[in-house]
Amino acid sequence: MAKTAVKEKSPSDIGLDTLLGHYKTMVLIRRFEESTYRKFREGKMGGYLHRYDGQEALVTALIPQLELPGDKILCTYRDHAHALLCGTSPRAIMAELMGRATGCALGKGGSMHLIDPDNGFLGGDGIVGGPVPISLGVGWALKYKNTKNVCVCYFGDGAMNQGGVHESFNMVGLYKLPVLYILENNQYAMGTSVSRSTGQPDFVKKAEAHGIAGERVDGMDFFTMWDAAKRALARIRETGEAYFLQVDCYRFVGHGVGDDNTQGWKFYRTEGEVHEWMKKDPIVKLGAYLKDAGVLPDELAEKIDQEAIAVVDDAVAFAEASPEPPLDSLYENVYS
Amino acid sequence: MAVMRYSEALRLAMTEEMERDDSVFICGEEVGQYQGTYRVTEGMLSKFGPRRVVDTPISEIGIAGMATGAAMAGLRPIAEFMTWSFALEAMDALVNHAAKITYMSGGRISCPVVFRGPAGVGTQLSAQHSQSLESWFAHTPGFKVVLPSTPEDAKGLLKTAIRDPNPVIFMENAGIYGQRGEVPEDTDFMIPFGQAAVRTEGSDITLISYSNMVLKCLKAAEALEKDGIHCEVIDLRTLVPLDMDTVVKSIQKTHRAVVAHEEWKNVGFGAELASRIYEQAFDYMDAPIERVGGADVPMPYAKNLERAAIPTDLDIIAAVKRALA
Repeated sequence: MAKTAVKEKSPSDIGLDTLLGHYKTMVLIRRFEESTYRKFREGKMGGYLHRYDGQEALVTALIPQLELPGDKILCTYRDHAHALLCGTSPRAIMAELMGRATGCALGKGGSMHLIDPDNGFLGGDGIVGGPVPISLGVGWALKYKNTKNVCVCYFGDGAMNQGGVHESFNMVGLYKLPVLYILENNQYAMGTSVSRSTGQPDFVKKAEAHGIAGERVDGMDFFTMWDAAKRALARIRETGEAYFLQVDCYRFVGHGVGDDNTQGWKFYRTEGEVHEWMKKDPIVKLGAYLKDAGVLPDELAEKIDQEAIAVVDDAVAFAEASPEPPLDSLYENVYS
Repeated sequence: MAVMRYSEALRLAMTEEMERDDSVFICGEEVGQYQGTYRVTEGMLSKFGPRRVVDTPISEIGIAGMATGAAMAGLRPIAEFMTWSFALEAMDALVNHAAKITYMSGGRISCPVVFRGPAGVGTQLSAQHSQSLESWFAHTPGFKVVLPSTPEDAKGLLKTAIRDPNPVIFMENAGIYGQRGEVPEDTDFMIPFGQAAVRTEGSDITLISYSNMVLKCLKAAEALEKDGIHCEVIDLRTLVPLDMDTVVKSIQKTHRAVVAHEEWKNVGFGAELASRIYEQAFDYMDAPIERVGGADVPMPYAKNLERAAIPTDLDIIAAVKRALA
């Protein structure tokens, strides 16, 4: 019964055990992000904080399909989940967010600049369209070195209105480079909706205009996202040419701490709209599927939740107990 | 040794490094089929093929991103800007990415990339093509900034730049691409960064400069010699790292200094240099430091106005006389 259900709705190569693992990852991301918000409010973190709540399927249904560290990942400042998926330890991420010496960037990057090159993660980027020109170079290097690897570049809908993105698309289309673009279309560039920021909201057309094929995907559904990523990756590895996924999704919280869980986000979106999208919560949806399939009874769901909380608590305890970077490291790492 | 042009010395450096290391490649506008806007890359496409000599669209952000990303992924790109004026299009990729990725990653990523191309002023190219921007880059931690003034330095410094594990801003000077000089043919000939060259020894005053302005200093020194004034001319060669030891040592001998460059005087590199001299050698100074720099205006087109905007050897001579007065 359960196996039939998997075959109907998901790629045949995901066994239920594996699927349960992906569900656990999504729960971990959610609990991790909730915790970062609490710690920020406690004053344990500075700068900005951009959460991934609601967008978990975009990383969980893609990154496990990669061959890290040969494949490379770039993303924007909304990067905690990407680091978790690449295999960066929750401790090293939380420590980085708290500006500790044990952070994945020795406390020099912070929330927006998580990085883990040993695991193929070339970093979060604080500039909206910033990772896209860089992905052109990473894709170039992968082709130059005659690998079959792919560079996956995540960025938001706001980036589609920046010039460097289009220069880079044009060159990636021209040189035919192995880059998978994941447009995290969470509908808002900070507080400016897609409809208020572009005369052409069909982003796939913009990629196609530069010679990059693409398609639109529902990012609130794990299986749809998984299938699209799988097809795209296979296609890129076979042809060596870039592909573009416009992944429609929604962030359940604000853009950053400025409008996060406060009234701020109501300036640009209605409560009704937020609640409609929350009904499509990818974690709830995958959980319901697994429950139907008979592998996620309520007790197990509760246990998974508690385990996620324990991992996050451990990361927090580790970060809080970690030393700040030594002052004499201030001038280190300016140059290699 | 072989006598060759400044531009040929640059080409020789790139050719040798590309023969030595497959991870080195060139990208930029018109570097291949067109043979280079200033012929610096002439013949390199036919020698190395389109994998390693890459013609790009007119997309400076794309070029800078391509080079930076490729460096982060283990290659050693040389990105050519048709002129440094056009690099302004790419400032985010340069300043916010190439210069900072090593620091932001806690040293976990290196970015061994060379950004090169002609800088400098003159030939009535007017405001958007004729300017010197070295201080913009010297101001930004993470870059090394190199400005060769001779064919020998062009080769030796470019080879060092290509092998350096950091982003290097390599500013050539279009006005001296045709200048000839002796260049070592040894494929291991390199000039380390942070070592200024004393071009002429003298005891009365130190002239400190770099790039094309060094040639004007030498011309001024020659003229002043006839008046019995012995100038010591220092060519910094690299602004970052900066060789203050050579500068201070010279001032301990001459007790007077003129700092000179073609870029705008206001907040120009000469201001930094003068400040450091005061910090490190004030007790040896017998006169205030004189600054020579470009007029603080967008470069005008008309020949006479342009001439008035660009500092000359005569301006240096006047500065020397003020310092010695």
